[in-house]
Amino acid sequence: MSEIDIAMHSQGGELAEGSPYRIPSRKLTMWLFIISDAITFGALLFGYGYLRTASSDWPTPFKFNPSILNVTIMTVVLITSSLTMLGAVDSAKIGNKAKTKRFLWSTILLGAIFAGLHIREWFGLIDEGVRLFQNPWGSPLFGATFFAITGLHLLHVISGVVALAVISRGFSRGWLTAGHVETTGLYWHFVDLVWMFVVPLVYLLNISK
Amino acid sequence: MEQTQPQSVHVHAPPEGFLWKYVFSLDHKVIGKQYYGLALIAVFTGMILSWLMRFHLVWPNAKIVGLDLISKSGAPGGVITPEYYLSLLTMHGTLMVFFVLTNAPFAGFGNYFLPIQIGAEDMAFPRFNMMSFWTTAAAFLVLVLAFFIPDGPPISGWTAYAPLSAVGSDAGPGLGWGQNLWAISIGLFCIGQLLGSLNFIATTLDLRTKGMTLMRMPICTWAWFITSCIGLLAFAVLLPACLLLILDRMAGTSFFIPSGLVISDRLQNHAGGSPLLWQHLFWFFGHPEVYIAILPAMGIVSHVLVTSMRKPLLSAKVIIYSMISIGFLSYMVWGHHMFVSGMNPFSSLLFSFPTLTITIPATILTLIWLGSLYGANIRITAASLFALGFVSMFVSGGVTGFFLAQPSIDIYLHATYFVVGHFHMVMGVAAIFGILSGTYFWFPKMTGRMMNETLGQLHFWFTFIGTYCIFMPFHYLGLVGNVRRYASFIDDFMPALMPVHRFVTIAALITGAAQFIFLYNLIHSRFFGKPATDNPWDGTSLEWSIPSPPPWNNFGGKHPVVYHDAHQYGVKGEKGDFIMQDSPETAAG
Repeated sequence: MSEIDIAMHSQGGELAEGSPYRIPSRKLTMWLFIISDAITFGALLFGYGYLRTASSDWPTPFKFNPSILNVTIMTVVLITSSLTMLGAVDSAKIGNKAKTKRFLWSTILLGAIFAGLHIREWFGLIDEGVRLFQNPWGSPLFGATFFAITGLHLLHVISGVVALAVISRGFSRGWLTAGHVETTGLYWHFVDLVWMFVVPLVYLLNISK
Repeated sequence: MEQTQPQSVHVHAPPEGFLWKYVFSLDHKVIGKQYYGLALIAVFTGMILSWLMRFHLVWPNAKIVGLDLISKSGAPGGVITPEYYLSLLTMHGTLMVFFVLTNAPFAGFGNYFLPIQIGAEDMAFPRFNMMSFWTTAAAFLVLVLAFFIPDGPPISGWTAYAPLSAVGSDAGPGLGWGQNLWAISIGLFCIGQLLGSLNFIATTLDLRTKGMTLMRMPICTWAWFITSCIGLLAFAVLLPACLLLILDRMAGTSFFIPSGLVISDRLQNHAGGSPLLWQHLFWFFGHPEVYIAILPAMGIVSHVLVTSMRKPLLSAKVIIYSMISIGFLSYMVWGHHMFVSGMNPFSSLLFSFPTLTITIPATILTLIWLGSLYGANIRITAASLFALGFVSMFVSGGVTGFFLAQPSIDIYLHATYFVVGHFHMVMGVAAIFGILSGTYFWFPKMTGRMMNETLGQLHFWFTFIGTYCIFMPFHYLGLVGNVRRYASFIDDFMPALMPVHRFVTIAALITGAAQFIFLYNLIHSRFFGKPATDNPWDGTSLEWSIPSPPPWNNFGGKHPVVYHDAHQYGVKGEKGDFIMQDSPETAAG
């Protein structure tokens, strides 16, 4: 080991050569957070499945119009926002700040539309008499699981929108890097992916017969 | 796209001022000590609670002076009510499992020594680290607050079994705001531990110094790493479980409350939930939690033993692989806590297999520790005695696990003191022995002073003999059929067992009192102990290559280069029979 070699690594953070984990701490931590958060959603969805199976009077109230139509539009919006996020990450990598900003704000807009549609749907259901502790159709757990699962997801979408706004500002002002955009992108795709589990389990399983 | 330039550590300037140096410090060493201090407060609180419980079991009508000042309704005139006994039981379990067994060996020692052992300057995210501690401290305060509200602490046990924990104050004292505080506290605790686990994993994978390959990390670094992987997944399940419990209690949902439940002559306005769901979610966290407590202790003990034996362990690799497989299997066995819960008996069979399988890596670990001792000229210190005590406790407590893993036997033993004896020995006391071993071992590094060895060994013998006297009789009591969770036995069919209980209580009082020897030793040595050298135990890992106590940036701004694994003992080195990890010399002959 030469002195130069040692000096080169004196900044630390240096991995043993050839390690597959050679990714920045921030990105690694985002992956770890995603794993952990996936387990959290998994626990909620497990609870939902458990209670749904155990109930004899589980309601299936979702009609094509408005519920399934609405959720289809929401899904399209969210998937599109994942696409614009990809665009943002790509333009951030080549350092195109204006384009990154445009893509990020499209993502924020789509995220906000998703949240808006979701909240509108919530209010619709609340008008129909669905509460955390009761609903007009059957097992009170329908409302409890519905609001708990979609609520946690909505919280993730709203936090994501706020994070994207901060990232957009930081990246165009230069105090955040393309790495931050990419890491937030990971989070955004994860939120999108969770929705892909929520839609069939929470909506499609409960279509009215 | 991977970034190829070396990552910079988040170097922070040396802190200035009391507040930033000792309270909101970003330094992993200070945070480690804060965790340890929190655990110390929790462990003595928990111990005093266990004294009160033991006292009440044997002398149920005795007056305890001053107790009525803490709880007027729980201990009118100083006499503990049966309900208050359950409150004490809940708080003892919660404090010990969460705030002692998780905080001290994992968050405490892990924070202090993991970065140093891998040659890093700090954790990957020092701010997360500080947040993680203060979230945990807030969780502790919220929990302890339950003592001082009129309702008192919850009576539902540290497992907070639903529906008792979910239905509210109708079901008994402490189930109003007491249980709310419990749920909030544990939710906060989960967040703190999740932040900590993220940080540990990122640090271990990203901040290892030049030459520190994964297999060159000391075994305790591995143990903390595996533990943080377990914690990352386990606390992620307890967190939503606590949220659902809070919803049940505060928003009127019925996730865990079945239909038609009548409590205190009132029909509960809930329908459709399942108490078993809480048990599934809780034990999916709860069983890995057992390993969150014991794995760091295993790591510390291996580290202390190898240093004391002056020869390498039979196989460090097999220890690491065994710990990984324990971590992996820990996720498949949660149902063995639920054999009598009303779960399908076929599921019990299914959970019994992996439970018995998990004894294989555990046995391999034990055999390696014992086999490595063969022919070793062990240096007897308080640290190595506690490490040996750990192995003894782990074996004695683990053997009874074979019985409990079988549903047919567990049905008889589950609600008895047999289970209490089993988990106190294998997880509680064993992990405490690991913490104590680590304390005696690392105290010189953490403070720059030696602990008093004579007092340390005295403390060991009191604790070792004492804990056997307390927990061995529990097994016999359990076999006879002495039920647990009961506040007193005098009006039951068990008066004949009272002499055994009396013996246990006296043993508990003496063993507990002996812990004050440790506390005195700890505080006295901190200020008046003999100054410690940099490497008082002739250790090889990186923490022994820097001054005691380490400077704020650990390695003085440099980064060590590692040439060996951490087990170069019994060789001819420059300084003696060992070669430090950062020493370029090779073993001669």
